[in-house]
Amino acid sequence: MSTARRSLRDLRPSTVLTTIAFVVVTAVVLLPIAIIVLTAFKPVAEVNAYPPSLLPEDWTLANLKTVTSELPFARLVGNSFVFAGGVTLFALIFDSLAAYALARLDFTGRKFLLIAIIATLMIPFQATLIPLYQLVADLGWVNTYTGLIAPRAADAFGIFFLRQFFLALPRDIDQAARIDGAGEFRIFRSIVLPNAVPALLTLGLFTFVNNWNDLLWPLVFTTDAEMGTITSGLTQLTGPSGIVPHGVMMAGSLIAILPLVIAFLFIQRRFIENIATTGLK
Amino acid sequence: MTTAPPTGRRYRPPAPLGGRRRVESPKHRTAIAAAFLAPALIVLGLFTIWPMLSALRLSFTDASGFGEPEWVGLENYIEVFTDPDLLGAVTNTALYTVLFTPVAVAAALGLALLLNNPRLPFRSFFRTALFVPFVVSFSVAAFAWSYLVDPQVGLLNYWLRGLGIQLGNVLEDPNLAMPMVVLVAVWKLFGFYFVIFLAGLQDIPTSIYEAARMDGAGVWSRLRNVTLPMLSNTMAFVLVFAMIAALQAFDQIYVMTGGGPYGSTQTLVMEIYESGFRKLEIGFASALSYVLLVATLLLSLAQFVFFGRKEKDLA
Repeated sequence: MSTARRSLRDLRPSTVLTTIAFVVVTAVVLLPIAIIVLTAFKPVAEVNAYPPSLLPEDWTLANLKTVTSELPFARLVGNSFVFAGGVTLFALIFDSLAAYALARLDFTGRKFLLIAIIATLMIPFQATLIPLYQLVADLGWVNTYTGLIAPRAADAFGIFFLRQFFLALPRDIDQAARIDGAGEFRIFRSIVLPNAVPALLTLGLFTFVNNWNDLLWPLVFTTDAEMGTITSGLTQLTGPSGIVPHGVMMAGSLIAILPLVIAFLFIQRRFIENIATTGLK
Repeated sequence: MTTAPPTGRRYRPPAPLGGRRRVESPKHRTAIAAAFLAPALIVLGLFTIWPMLSALRLSFTDASGFGEPEWVGLENYIEVFTDPDLLGAVTNTALYTVLFTPVAVAAALGLALLLNNPRLPFRSFFRTALFVPFVVSFSVAAFAWSYLVDPQVGLLNYWLRGLGIQLGNVLEDPNLAMPMVVLVAVWKLFGFYFVIFLAGLQDIPTSIYEAARMDGAGVWSRLRNVTLPMLSNTMAFVLVFAMIAALQAFDQIYVMTGGGPYGSTQTLVMEIYESGFRKLEIGFASALSYVLLVATLLLSLAQFVFFGRKEKDLA
Protein backbone atom coordinates (compact mmCIF):
# COMPACT_ATOMS: atom_id res chain seq x y z
CA MET A 1 0.00 0.00 0.00
CA SER A 2 1.90 3.00 -1.28
CA THR A 3 -0.59 5.50 0.12
CA ALA A 4 -0.02 4.10 3.60
CA ARG A 5 3.74 4.50 3.35
CA ARG A 6 3.49 8.02 2.07
CA SER A 7 0.99 9.04 4.70
CA LEU A 8 3.19 7.71 7.50
CA ARG A 9 5.61 10.47 6.63
CA ASP A 10 3.24 13.41 6.49
CA LEU A 11 0.80 12.31 9.15
CA ARG A 12 -1.45 15.06 10.37
CA PRO A 13 -3.22 14.93 13.73
CA SER A 14 -6.62 14.97 11.99
CA THR A 15 -5.64 11.97 9.83
CA VAL A 16 -4.46 10.08 12.90
CA LEU A 17 -7.78 10.78 14.63
CA THR A 18 -9.75 9.72 11.57
CA THR A 19 -7.74 6.51 11.32
CA ILE A 20 -8.40 5.70 14.96
CA ALA A 21 -12.09 6.46 14.48
CA PHE A 22 -12.23 4.09 11.51
CA VAL A 23 -10.46 1.33 13.41
CA VAL A 24 -13.03 1.65 16.22
CA VAL A 25 -16.04 1.82 13.88
CA THR A 26 -14.79 -1.13 11.86
CA ALA A 27 -14.26 -3.17 15.03
CA VAL A 28 -17.81 -2.42 16.20
CA VAL A 29 -19.28 -3.20 12.78
CA LEU A 30 -17.42 -6.50 12.56
CA LEU A 31 -18.24 -7.50 16.17
CA PRO A 32 -21.47 -9.40 15.32
CA ILE A 33 -19.64 -11.33 12.61
CA ALA A 34 -16.79 -12.12 15.00
CA ILE A 35 -19.35 -13.29 17.56
CA ILE A 36 -20.91 -15.67 15.02
CA VAL A 37 -17.58 -17.20 14.06
CA LEU A 38 -16.15 -17.43 17.59
CA THR A 39 -19.32 -18.63 19.34
CA ALA A 40 -19.84 -21.35 16.74
CA PHE A 41 -16.68 -23.00 18.06
CA LYS A 42 -17.33 -22.50 21.79
CA PRO A 43 -18.35 -25.33 24.11
CA VAL A 44 -21.83 -24.93 25.65
CA ALA A 45 -20.40 -24.22 29.10
CA GLU A 46 -18.43 -21.24 27.78
CA VAL A 47 -21.35 -19.91 25.70
CA ASN A 48 -23.48 -19.70 28.84
CA ALA A 49 -20.68 -18.66 31.18
CA TYR A 50 -20.73 -15.43 33.17
CA PRO A 51 -18.83 -13.21 32.66
CA PRO A 52 -18.99 -13.82 28.90
CA SER A 53 -15.80 -13.73 26.84
CA LEU A 54 -15.12 -13.05 23.20
CA LEU A 55 -12.64 -15.82 22.45
CA PRO A 56 -13.28 -19.52 23.08
CA GLU A 57 -10.87 -21.24 25.48
CA ASP A 58 -11.48 -24.71 24.11
CA TRP A 59 -12.40 -24.87 20.46
CA THR A 60 -15.06 -27.45 19.61
CA LEU A 61 -17.04 -28.69 16.62
CA ALA A 62 -19.95 -29.79 18.85
CA ASN A 63 -22.23 -26.90 17.82
CA LEU A 64 -21.73 -27.57 14.14
CA LYS A 65 -22.58 -31.23 14.74
CA THR A 66 -25.71 -30.37 16.73
CA VAL A 67 -27.10 -27.93 14.19
CA THR A 68 -26.65 -30.40 11.37
CA SER A 69 -28.63 -32.99 13.34
CA GLU A 70 -31.40 -30.57 14.44
CA LEU A 71 -32.21 -29.55 10.87
CA PRO A 72 -32.08 -31.36 7.54
CA PHE A 73 -29.07 -29.16 7.04
CA ALA A 74 -27.51 -30.41 3.84
CA ARG A 75 -30.97 -30.33 2.29
CA LEU A 76 -31.61 -26.70 3.33
CA VAL A 77 -28.23 -25.51 2.08
CA GLY A 78 -28.87 -27.40 -1.14
CA ASN A 79 -32.30 -25.75 -1.45
CA SER A 80 -30.69 -22.34 -0.95
CA PHE A 81 -28.26 -23.04 -3.77
CA VAL A 82 -31.05 -24.24 -6.07
CA PHE A 83 -33.32 -21.30 -5.21
CA ALA A 84 -30.76 -18.48 -5.27
CA GLY A 85 -28.80 -20.07 -8.12
CA GLY A 86 -31.93 -20.80 -10.18
CA VAL A 87 -33.30 -17.29 -9.74
CA THR A 88 -29.91 -15.82 -10.65
CA LEU A 89 -29.54 -17.94 -13.78
CA PHE A 90 -33.02 -17.26 -15.14
CA ALA A 91 -33.01 -13.60 -14.19
CA LEU A 92 -29.67 -13.04 -15.93
CA ILE A 93 -30.95 -14.67 -19.12
CA PHE A 94 -34.39 -13.04 -19.21
CA ASP A 95 -33.20 -9.64 -17.99
CA SER A 96 -30.38 -9.44 -20.51
CA LEU A 97 -32.67 -10.43 -23.40
CA ALA A 98 -35.17 -7.75 -22.45
CA ALA A 99 -32.42 -5.21 -21.80
CA TYR A 100 -30.96 -5.87 -25.24
CA ALA A 101 -34.28 -5.08 -26.92
CA LEU A 102 -34.72 -1.93 -24.85
CA ALA A 103 -31.18 -0.67 -25.42
CA ARG A 104 -30.41 -1.70 -28.97
CA LEU A 105 -33.53 -2.46 -30.97
CA ASP A 106 -35.81 0.09 -32.53
CA PHE A 107 -39.48 -0.80 -32.23
CA THR A 108 -42.84 0.79 -31.62
CA GLY A 109 -43.68 1.44 -27.99
CA ARG A 110 -40.13 1.08 -26.69
CA LYS A 111 -40.23 4.18 -24.54
CA PHE A 112 -43.60 3.29 -23.05
CA LEU A 113 -42.41 -0.22 -22.22
CA LEU A 114 -39.27 1.09 -20.53
CA ILE A 115 -41.32 3.40 -18.33
CA ALA A 116 -43.76 0.60 -17.52
CA ILE A 117 -40.90 -1.68 -16.46
CA ILE A 118 -39.34 1.02 -14.30
CA ALA A 119 -42.76 1.62 -12.73
CA THR A 120 -42.95 -2.00 -11.55
CA LEU A 121 -39.80 -1.28 -9.51
CA MET A 122 -42.03 0.71 -7.20
CA ILE A 123 -44.30 -2.21 -6.35
CA PRO A 124 -43.05 -3.67 -3.07
CA PHE A 125 -42.85 -7.45 -3.21
CA GLN A 126 -44.59 -7.68 0.17
CA ALA A 127 -47.69 -5.99 -1.25
CA THR A 128 -48.17 -8.75 -3.84
CA LEU A 129 -47.42 -11.60 -1.46
CA ILE A 130 -50.93 -12.93 -0.78
CA PRO A 131 -52.27 -13.11 -4.36
CA LEU A 132 -48.86 -14.34 -5.48
CA TYR A 133 -49.04 -17.20 -3.02
CA GLN A 134 -52.58 -18.03 -4.16
CA LEU A 135 -51.52 -17.93 -7.80
CA VAL A 136 -48.59 -20.26 -7.20
CA ALA A 137 -50.88 -22.53 -5.17
CA ASP A 138 -53.47 -22.58 -8.01
CA LEU A 139 -50.71 -23.59 -10.40
CA GLY A 140 -49.95 -26.50 -8.07
CA TRP A 141 -46.44 -25.25 -7.40
CA VAL A 142 -46.38 -24.98 -3.61
CA ASN A 143 -43.33 -26.76 -2.15
CA THR A 144 -41.71 -27.10 -5.57
CA TYR A 145 -38.55 -25.45 -6.87
CA THR A 146 -40.52 -24.15 -9.86
CA GLY A 147 -42.87 -22.25 -7.57
CA LEU A 148 -40.01 -20.89 -5.52
CA ILE A 149 -38.02 -19.69 -8.53
CA ALA A 150 -40.54 -18.71 -11.24
CA PRO A 151 -41.87 -15.48 -9.64
CA ARG A 152 -38.32 -14.10 -9.52
CA ALA A 153 -37.14 -15.30 -12.94
CA ALA A 154 -37.05 -11.72 -14.22
CA ASP A 155 -36.87 -8.44 -12.41
CA ALA A 156 -37.22 -4.82 -13.32
CA PHE A 157 -34.06 -3.70 -11.54
CA GLY A 158 -31.94 -6.19 -13.48
CA ILE A 159 -33.47 -5.15 -16.80
CA PHE A 160 -32.84 -1.48 -16.06
CA PHE A 161 -29.30 -2.11 -14.80
CA LEU A 162 -28.30 -4.10 -17.88
CA ARG A 163 -30.01 -1.70 -20.27
CA GLN A 164 -27.83 1.13 -18.94
CA PHE A 165 -24.76 -1.01 -19.47
CA PHE A 166 -25.73 -2.14 -22.98
CA LEU A 167 -26.42 1.47 -24.03
CA ALA A 168 -22.80 2.34 -23.34
CA LEU A 169 -21.25 -0.47 -25.41
CA PRO A 170 -19.94 0.75 -28.76
CA ARG A 171 -22.11 -0.07 -31.75
CA ASP A 172 -19.53 -0.32 -34.51
CA ILE A 173 -19.05 -4.09 -34.28
CA ASP A 174 -22.69 -5.02 -34.19
CA GLN A 175 -23.46 -2.76 -37.12
CA ALA A 176 -20.72 -4.46 -39.10
CA ALA A 177 -22.12 -7.85 -38.07
CA ARG A 178 -25.60 -6.76 -39.09
CA ILE A 179 -24.38 -5.74 -42.52
CA ASP A 180 -22.76 -9.15 -42.81
CA GLY A 181 -26.18 -10.64 -42.22
CA ALA A 182 -25.93 -11.68 -38.58
CA GLY A 183 -29.30 -11.98 -36.85
CA GLU A 184 -30.13 -10.05 -33.67
CA PHE A 185 -29.80 -13.09 -31.47
CA ARG A 186 -26.33 -13.79 -32.77
CA ILE A 187 -25.27 -10.21 -32.16
CA PHE A 188 -26.71 -10.43 -28.64
CA ARG A 189 -24.98 -13.71 -27.86
CA SER A 190 -21.61 -13.29 -29.52
CA ILE A 191 -21.00 -9.56 -29.31
CA VAL A 192 -23.02 -7.89 -26.58
CA LEU A 193 -23.02 -10.58 -23.86
CA PRO A 194 -19.25 -11.26 -23.90
CA ASN A 195 -18.65 -7.53 -23.48
CA ALA A 196 -21.09 -7.29 -20.58
CA VAL A 197 -19.43 -9.86 -18.32
CA PRO A 198 -18.57 -7.39 -15.51
CA ALA A 199 -22.17 -6.14 -15.38
CA LEU A 200 -23.53 -9.69 -15.47
CA LEU A 201 -21.21 -10.76 -12.62
CA THR A 202 -22.25 -7.85 -10.44
CA LEU A 203 -25.95 -8.31 -11.09
CA GLY A 204 -25.56 -12.04 -10.63
CA LEU A 205 -23.94 -11.76 -7.21
CA PHE A 206 -26.44 -9.09 -6.16
CA THR A 207 -29.38 -11.32 -7.17
CA PHE A 208 -27.83 -14.38 -5.57
CA VAL A 209 -27.18 -12.58 -2.26
CA ASN A 210 -30.68 -11.09 -2.12
CA ASN A 211 -32.39 -14.41 -2.70
CA TRP A 212 -30.10 -16.48 -0.51
CA ASN A 213 -30.81 -14.02 2.30
CA ASP A 214 -34.52 -13.61 1.66
CA LEU A 215 -36.73 -14.74 4.51
CA LEU A 216 -40.33 -13.81 3.72
CA TRP A 217 -40.87 -15.63 0.41
CA PRO A 218 -39.41 -19.02 1.41
CA LEU A 219 -41.11 -18.65 4.79
CA VAL A 220 -44.66 -18.26 3.44
CA PHE A 221 -44.12 -20.37 0.39
CA THR A 222 -42.81 -23.60 1.86
CA THR A 223 -45.04 -25.50 4.24
CA ASP A 224 -42.80 -28.54 4.00
CA ALA A 225 -39.71 -28.15 6.22
CA GLU A 226 -37.70 -30.09 3.64
CA MET A 227 -38.33 -27.37 1.05
CA GLY A 228 -37.16 -24.38 3.10
CA THR A 229 -33.90 -22.53 2.57
CA ILE A 230 -31.10 -22.21 5.09
CA THR A 231 -32.27 -18.67 5.87
CA SER A 232 -35.88 -19.65 6.54
CA GLY A 233 -34.91 -22.97 8.16
CA LEU A 234 -32.72 -21.33 10.81
CA THR A 235 -35.63 -19.19 12.00
CA GLN A 236 -37.55 -22.40 12.75
CA LEU A 237 -34.99 -23.11 15.46
CA THR A 238 -35.93 -20.00 17.42
CA GLY A 239 -39.37 -18.80 18.30
CA PRO A 240 -41.83 -20.31 20.76
CA SER A 241 -41.33 -23.95 19.74
CA GLY A 242 -37.57 -24.16 19.76
CA ILE A 243 -35.31 -22.53 22.31
CA VAL A 244 -31.98 -23.48 20.86
CA PRO A 245 -28.64 -22.74 22.52
CA HIS A 246 -26.85 -19.68 21.19
CA GLY A 247 -23.82 -21.73 20.20
CA VAL A 248 -25.93 -23.88 17.89
CA MET A 249 -27.62 -20.82 16.35
CA MET A 250 -24.24 -19.23 15.69
CA ALA A 251 -22.97 -22.44 14.10
CA GLY A 252 -26.00 -22.44 11.79
CA SER A 253 -25.50 -18.76 11.02
CA LEU A 254 -21.85 -19.36 10.19
CA ILE A 255 -22.80 -21.97 7.62
CA ALA A 256 -25.48 -19.63 6.21
CA ILE A 257 -23.15 -16.66 5.67
CA LEU A 258 -19.99 -18.49 4.65
CA PRO A 259 -20.72 -18.99 0.91
CA LEU A 260 -21.76 -15.35 0.48
CA VAL A 261 -18.87 -13.83 2.40
CA ILE A 262 -16.36 -15.93 0.45
CA ALA A 263 -17.94 -15.05 -2.91
CA PHE A 264 -18.06 -11.40 -1.90
CA LEU A 265 -14.42 -11.25 -0.84
CA PHE A 266 -13.41 -12.64 -4.23
CA ILE A 267 -15.08 -9.98 -6.35
CA GLN A 268 -15.60 -7.29 -3.74
CA ARG A 269 -13.86 -4.35 -5.36
CA ARG A 270 -15.68 -4.51 -8.68
CA PHE A 271 -18.92 -5.48 -6.99
CA ILE A 272 -18.90 -2.51 -4.61
CA GLU A 273 -18.04 -0.08 -7.40
CA ASN A 274 -20.70 -1.37 -9.78
CA ILE A 275 -23.42 -1.51 -7.16
CA ALA A 276 -22.53 1.92 -5.85
CA THR A 277 -22.84 3.62 -9.20
CA THR A 278 -26.12 2.01 -10.32
CA GLY A 279 -28.13 4.35 -8.19
CA LEU A 280 -26.57 7.46 -9.51
CA LYS A 281 -27.08 7.37 -13.18
CA MET B 1 -16.98 4.86 -12.82
CA THR B 2 -18.16 1.96 -14.82
CA THR B 3 -21.82 2.53 -15.42
CA ALA B 4 -23.22 4.01 -18.54
CA PRO B 5 -24.48 7.53 -18.64
CA PRO B 6 -28.07 7.24 -19.87
CA THR B 7 -27.38 9.40 -22.84
CA GLY B 8 -30.82 8.80 -24.29
CA ARG B 9 -28.98 8.47 -27.56
CA ARG B 10 -31.30 7.71 -30.47
CA TYR B 11 -30.88 4.32 -32.01
CA ARG B 12 -29.91 4.75 -35.62
CA PRO B 13 -30.69 1.80 -37.85
CA PRO B 14 -27.73 0.70 -39.94
CA ALA B 15 -27.44 2.46 -43.24
CA PRO B 16 -28.72 0.28 -46.06
CA LEU B 17 -25.45 -0.40 -47.80
CA GLY B 18 -26.92 -3.15 -49.90
CA GLY B 19 -25.39 -6.05 -47.97
CA ARG B 20 -26.91 -9.49 -47.97
CA ARG B 21 -29.51 -8.42 -45.48
CA ARG B 22 -32.95 -7.45 -46.66
CA VAL B 23 -34.48 -4.21 -45.43
CA GLU B 24 -36.75 -4.86 -42.46
CA SER B 25 -40.25 -3.57 -42.08
CA PRO B 26 -41.16 -1.89 -38.77
CA LYS B 27 -43.50 -4.82 -38.12
CA HIS B 28 -40.67 -7.30 -38.47
CA ARG B 29 -38.49 -5.26 -36.12
CA THR B 30 -41.27 -5.17 -33.54
CA ALA B 31 -41.65 -8.94 -33.82
CA ILE B 32 -37.94 -9.46 -33.15
CA ALA B 33 -38.08 -7.12 -30.15
CA ALA B 34 -41.16 -8.94 -28.84
CA ALA B 35 -39.28 -12.23 -28.94
CA PHE B 36 -36.47 -10.74 -26.84
CA LEU B 37 -38.90 -9.18 -24.39
CA ALA B 38 -41.44 -11.96 -24.02
CA PRO B 39 -39.88 -14.08 -21.24
CA ALA B 40 -39.26 -11.12 -18.92
CA LEU B 41 -42.64 -9.53 -19.63
CA ILE B 42 -44.49 -12.78 -18.98
CA VAL B 43 -42.74 -13.18 -15.61
CA LEU B 44 -43.33 -9.56 -14.58
CA GLY B 45 -46.92 -9.55 -15.79
CA LEU B 46 -47.91 -12.84 -14.23
CA PHE B 47 -46.03 -12.60 -10.92
CA THR B 48 -45.99 -8.85 -10.21
CA ILE B 49 -48.67 -6.95 -12.13
CA TRP B 50 -51.41 -9.54 -11.85
CA PRO B 51 -50.95 -10.10 -8.07
CA MET B 52 -50.90 -6.33 -7.57
CA LEU B 53 -54.27 -5.93 -9.30
CA SER B 54 -55.58 -8.99 -7.55
CA ALA B 55 -54.64 -7.58 -4.14
CA LEU B 56 -56.59 -4.43 -4.94
CA ARG B 57 -59.73 -6.46 -5.66
CA LEU B 58 -59.25 -8.58 -2.51
CA SER B 59 -58.81 -5.50 -0.35
CA PHE B 60 -62.48 -4.62 -0.90
CA THR B 61 -63.70 -8.08 0.16
CA ASP B 62 -63.85 -10.20 3.29
CA ALA B 63 -61.82 -12.99 1.67
CA SER B 64 -60.63 -15.51 4.23
CA GLY B 65 -59.56 -18.52 2.23
CA PHE B 66 -62.93 -20.21 2.92
CA GLY B 67 -66.11 -19.74 0.85
CA GLU B 68 -66.85 -17.01 -1.67
CA PRO B 69 -65.43 -13.61 -0.70
CA GLU B 70 -68.06 -10.90 -0.32
CA TRP B 71 -67.73 -7.27 -1.31
CA VAL B 72 -67.38 -5.08 1.78
CA GLY B 73 -66.44 -1.74 0.22
CA LEU B 74 -64.01 0.33 2.22
CA GLU B 75 -64.54 -1.58 5.47
CA ASN B 76 -61.00 -3.03 5.56
CA TYR B 77 -59.42 0.36 4.97
CA ILE B 78 -61.58 1.98 7.65
CA GLU B 79 -60.46 -0.76 10.03
CA VAL B 80 -56.77 -0.14 9.26
CA PHE B 81 -57.04 3.52 10.20
CA THR B 82 -59.47 3.31 13.13
CA ASP B 83 -58.86 0.14 15.13
CA PRO B 84 -56.18 1.21 17.65
CA ASP B 85 -54.41 -2.19 17.56
CA LEU B 86 -54.19 -2.17 13.80
CA LEU B 87 -53.34 1.50 13.57
CA GLY B 88 -50.35 0.46 15.68
CA ALA B 89 -48.82 -1.29 12.66
CA VAL B 90 -49.01 1.94 10.68
CA THR B 91 -47.63 4.14 13.46
CA ASN B 92 -44.88 1.65 14.32
CA THR B 93 -43.81 1.56 10.68
CA ALA B 94 -43.73 5.36 10.63
CA LEU B 95 -41.69 5.38 13.87
CA TYR B 96 -39.28 2.79 12.46
CA THR B 97 -38.84 4.91 9.32
CA VAL B 98 -38.26 8.09 11.31
CA LEU B 99 -35.65 6.37 13.50
CA PHE B 100 -33.92 4.38 10.78
CA THR B 101 -33.59 6.86 7.91
CA PRO B 102 -31.68 9.74 9.56
CA VAL B 103 -29.38 7.47 11.57
CA ALA B 104 -28.46 5.19 8.67
CA VAL B 105 -28.04 8.02 6.18
CA ALA B 106 -26.06 10.25 8.57
CA ALA B 107 -23.73 7.38 9.53
CA ALA B 108 -23.19 6.53 5.85
CA LEU B 109 -22.60 10.14 4.81
CA GLY B 110 -20.32 10.94 7.74
CA LEU B 111 -18.13 7.89 7.17
CA ALA B 112 -18.02 8.49 3.41
CA LEU B 113 -16.88 12.10 3.92
CA LEU B 114 -14.15 10.96 6.32
CA LEU B 115 -13.02 8.11 4.10
CA ASN B 116 -12.77 10.41 1.10
CA ASN B 117 -9.59 11.87 2.61
CA PRO B 118 -6.76 10.66 0.32
CA ARG B 119 -4.29 10.75 3.22
CA LEU B 120 -6.20 8.11 5.16
CA PRO B 121 -4.32 4.78 5.22
CA PHE B 122 -6.05 1.42 4.52
CA ARG B 123 -8.98 3.07 2.77
CA SER B 124 -9.97 0.11 0.65
CA PHE B 125 -9.80 -2.19 3.67
CA PHE B 126 -12.16 0.06 5.65
CA ARG B 127 -14.50 0.33 2.68
CA THR B 128 -14.73 -3.42 2.24
CA ALA B 129 -15.06 -4.12 5.97
CA LEU B 130 -17.91 -1.65 6.40
CA PHE B 131 -19.73 -3.16 3.42
CA VAL B 132 -19.56 -6.75 4.71
CA PRO B 133 -22.80 -6.58 6.80
CA PHE B 134 -24.70 -5.92 3.56
CA VAL B 135 -24.08 -9.50 2.42
CA VAL B 136 -25.19 -10.95 5.79
CA SER B 137 -28.88 -11.80 5.92
CA PHE B 138 -31.21 -9.89 8.22
CA SER B 139 -32.11 -13.05 10.06
CA VAL B 140 -28.49 -14.03 10.76
CA ALA B 141 -27.84 -10.43 11.85
CA ALA B 142 -30.82 -10.77 14.17
CA PHE B 143 -29.46 -13.97 15.76
CA ALA B 144 -26.05 -12.39 16.37
CA TRP B 145 -27.44 -9.17 17.85
CA SER B 146 -29.95 -11.05 20.02
CA TYR B 147 -27.05 -12.97 21.52
CA LEU B 148 -24.95 -9.81 21.96
CA VAL B 149 -27.71 -8.12 23.99
CA ASP B 150 -28.87 -11.22 25.86
CA PRO B 151 -29.58 -10.08 29.44
CA GLN B 152 -27.61 -12.98 30.99
CA VAL B 153 -24.77 -13.92 28.68
CA GLY B 154 -24.70 -11.09 26.13
CA LEU B 155 -21.22 -9.69 25.60
CA LEU B 156 -22.44 -6.22 24.70
CA ASN B 157 -24.67 -6.07 27.77
CA TYR B 158 -21.71 -7.14 29.88
CA TRP B 159 -19.33 -4.54 28.42
CA LEU B 160 -21.88 -1.73 28.71
CA ARG B 161 -22.50 -2.72 32.34
CA GLY B 162 -18.76 -2.22 32.84
CA LEU B 163 -19.27 1.36 31.59
CA GLY B 164 -22.18 1.82 33.99
CA ILE B 165 -24.94 1.41 31.40
CA GLN B 166 -27.67 -1.04 32.42
CA LEU B 167 -29.50 -2.23 29.32
CA GLY B 168 -31.66 -4.85 31.01
CA ASN B 169 -33.64 -7.18 28.79
CA VAL B 170 -33.67 -5.08 25.61
CA LEU B 171 -35.97 -7.28 23.53
CA GLU B 172 -38.56 -7.55 26.29
CA ASP B 173 -38.56 -3.82 26.98
CA PRO B 174 -41.32 -1.96 25.07
CA ASN B 175 -39.18 1.20 24.98
CA LEU B 176 -35.97 -0.45 23.78
CA ALA B 177 -37.21 -3.18 21.44
CA MET B 178 -37.94 -0.79 18.57
CA PRO B 179 -34.59 1.05 18.76
CA MET B 180 -32.91 -2.36 18.88
CA VAL B 181 -34.52 -3.73 15.69
CA VAL B 182 -33.77 -0.38 14.01
CA LEU B 183 -30.13 -0.67 15.11
CA VAL B 184 -29.87 -4.07 13.42
CA ALA B 185 -31.23 -2.55 10.20
CA VAL B 186 -28.76 0.35 10.41
CA TRP B 187 -25.92 -2.13 10.93
CA LYS B 188 -26.98 -4.24 7.96
CA LEU B 189 -27.74 -1.45 5.46
CA PHE B 190 -25.57 1.61 6.17
CA GLY B 191 -22.61 0.09 4.29
CA PHE B 192 -24.65 0.08 1.10
CA TYR B 193 -25.54 3.77 1.43
CA PHE B 194 -21.94 4.48 2.41
CA VAL B 195 -20.51 3.12 -0.85
CA ILE B 196 -23.15 5.01 -2.85
CA PHE B 197 -22.06 8.24 -1.15
CA LEU B 198 -18.41 7.39 -1.82
CA ALA B 199 -19.16 6.98 -5.53
CA GLY B 200 -21.02 10.30 -5.48
CA LEU B 201 -18.08 12.03 -3.77
CA GLN B 202 -15.64 10.69 -6.34
CA ASP B 203 -17.75 12.23 -9.10
CA ILE B 204 -17.16 15.74 -7.77
CA PRO B 205 -14.34 17.28 -9.85
CA THR B 206 -11.29 18.15 -7.74
CA SER B 207 -10.91 21.41 -9.67
CA ILE B 208 -13.95 22.79 -7.82
CA TYR B 209 -12.25 22.13 -4.48
CA GLU B 210 -9.05 23.72 -5.67
CA ALA B 211 -10.95 26.80 -6.81
CA ALA B 212 -12.70 26.98 -3.44
CA ARG B 213 -9.39 26.62 -1.62
CA MET B 214 -7.87 29.43 -3.66
CA ASP B 215 -10.81 31.58 -2.64
CA GLY B 216 -9.83 30.85 0.96
CA ALA B 217 -12.71 28.51 1.77
CA GLY B 218 -12.00 26.40 4.88
CA VAL B 219 -12.98 22.77 5.50
CA TRP B 220 -16.49 23.61 6.71
CA SER B 221 -17.16 26.12 4.02
CA ARG B 222 -16.07 23.67 1.33
CA LEU B 223 -18.29 20.98 2.86
CA ARG B 224 -21.31 23.28 3.05
CA ASN B 225 -20.90 25.14 -0.24
CA VAL B 226 -19.32 22.53 -2.51
CA THR B 227 -19.66 18.96 -1.26
CA LEU B 228 -23.21 18.88 0.06
CA PRO B 229 -24.81 20.74 -2.87
CA MET B 230 -22.93 18.53 -5.35
CA LEU B 231 -24.15 15.46 -3.47
CA SER B 232 -27.82 16.41 -3.47
CA ASN B 233 -28.81 13.93 -6.20
CA THR B 234 -27.05 11.10 -4.41
CA MET B 235 -28.63 12.22 -1.16
CA ALA B 236 -32.14 12.15 -2.64
CA PHE B 237 -31.56 8.68 -4.02
CA VAL B 238 -30.22 7.30 -0.74
CA LEU B 239 -32.97 8.92 1.32
CA VAL B 240 -35.73 7.39 -0.78
CA PHE B 241 -33.97 4.04 -0.85
CA ALA B 242 -33.63 4.06 2.92
CA MET B 243 -37.24 5.07 3.50
CA ILE B 244 -38.52 2.33 1.20
CA ALA B 245 -36.34 -0.23 3.00
CA ALA B 246 -37.77 0.99 6.30
CA LEU B 247 -41.38 0.67 5.11
CA GLN B 248 -40.72 -2.97 4.31
CA ALA B 249 -39.13 -3.94 7.64
CA PHE B 250 -39.85 -7.55 8.52
CA ASP B 251 -37.05 -10.13 8.81
CA GLN B 252 -35.15 -9.09 11.90
CA ILE B 253 -38.39 -8.22 13.70
CA TYR B 254 -39.83 -11.64 12.94
CA VAL B 255 -36.70 -13.25 14.41
CA MET B 256 -35.98 -10.94 17.37
CA THR B 257 -39.33 -9.89 18.81
CA GLY B 258 -42.12 -11.40 16.72
CA GLY B 259 -43.74 -7.95 16.81
CA GLY B 260 -43.64 -7.70 20.62
CA PRO B 261 -43.33 -6.82 23.38
CA TYR B 262 -46.95 -5.60 23.58
CA GLY B 263 -47.00 -5.04 19.82
CA SER B 264 -44.33 -2.34 20.07
CA THR B 265 -42.44 -3.62 17.02
CA GLN B 266 -45.45 -4.78 14.98
CA THR B 267 -44.84 -3.23 11.54
CA LEU B 268 -46.96 -3.20 8.38
CA VAL B 269 -45.29 -6.20 6.80
CA MET B 270 -45.39 -8.13 10.11
CA GLU B 271 -49.13 -7.43 10.22
CA ILE B 272 -49.58 -8.43 6.55
CA TYR B 273 -47.81 -11.70 7.31
CA GLU B 274 -49.83 -12.41 10.44
CA SER B 275 -53.26 -11.41 9.19
CA GLY B 276 -52.71 -12.91 5.74
CA PHE B 277 -50.95 -16.16 6.56
CA ARG B 278 -51.69 -16.88 10.23
CA LYS B 279 -55.23 -15.54 10.76
CA LEU B 280 -56.22 -15.88 7.08
CA GLU B 281 -57.89 -12.45 7.06
CA ILE B 282 -56.93 -12.08 3.43
CA GLY B 283 -59.16 -9.12 2.58
CA PHE B 284 -57.82 -7.12 5.49
CA ALA B 285 -54.20 -8.09 4.78
CA SER B 286 -54.69 -6.97 1.17
CA ALA B 287 -55.88 -3.56 2.35
CA LEU B 288 -52.69 -3.31 4.43
CA SER B 289 -50.69 -4.27 1.34
CA TYR B 290 -52.20 -1.32 -0.47
CA VAL B 291 -51.30 1.04 2.33
CA LEU B 292 -47.71 -0.16 1.87
CA LEU B 293 -47.94 0.11 -1.91
CA VAL B 294 -49.30 3.65 -1.87
CA ALA B 295 -46.71 4.80 0.68
CA THR B 296 -43.93 3.36 -1.50
CA LEU B 297 -45.39 4.92 -4.65
CA LEU B 298 -45.61 8.34 -3.04
CA LEU B 299 -41.96 8.19 -1.96
CA SER B 300 -40.83 7.05 -5.41
CA LEU B 301 -42.88 9.76 -7.12
CA ALA B 302 -41.38 12.36 -4.82
CA GLN B 303 -37.99 11.14 -5.98
CA PHE B 304 -38.97 11.37 -9.65
CA VAL B 305 -40.29 14.89 -9.19
CA PHE B 306 -37.10 15.86 -7.40
CA PHE B 307 -34.85 14.32 -10.03
CA GLY B 308 -36.93 15.81 -12.84
CA ARG B 309 -36.51 19.28 -11.36
CA LYS B 310 -32.79 18.76 -10.82
CA GLU B 311 -32.27 17.70 -14.39
CA LYS B 312 -34.10 20.75 -15.66
CA ASP B 313 -31.91 22.94 -13.44
CA LEU B 314 -28.79 21.45 -14.96
CA ALA B 315 -29.99 21.79 -18.54
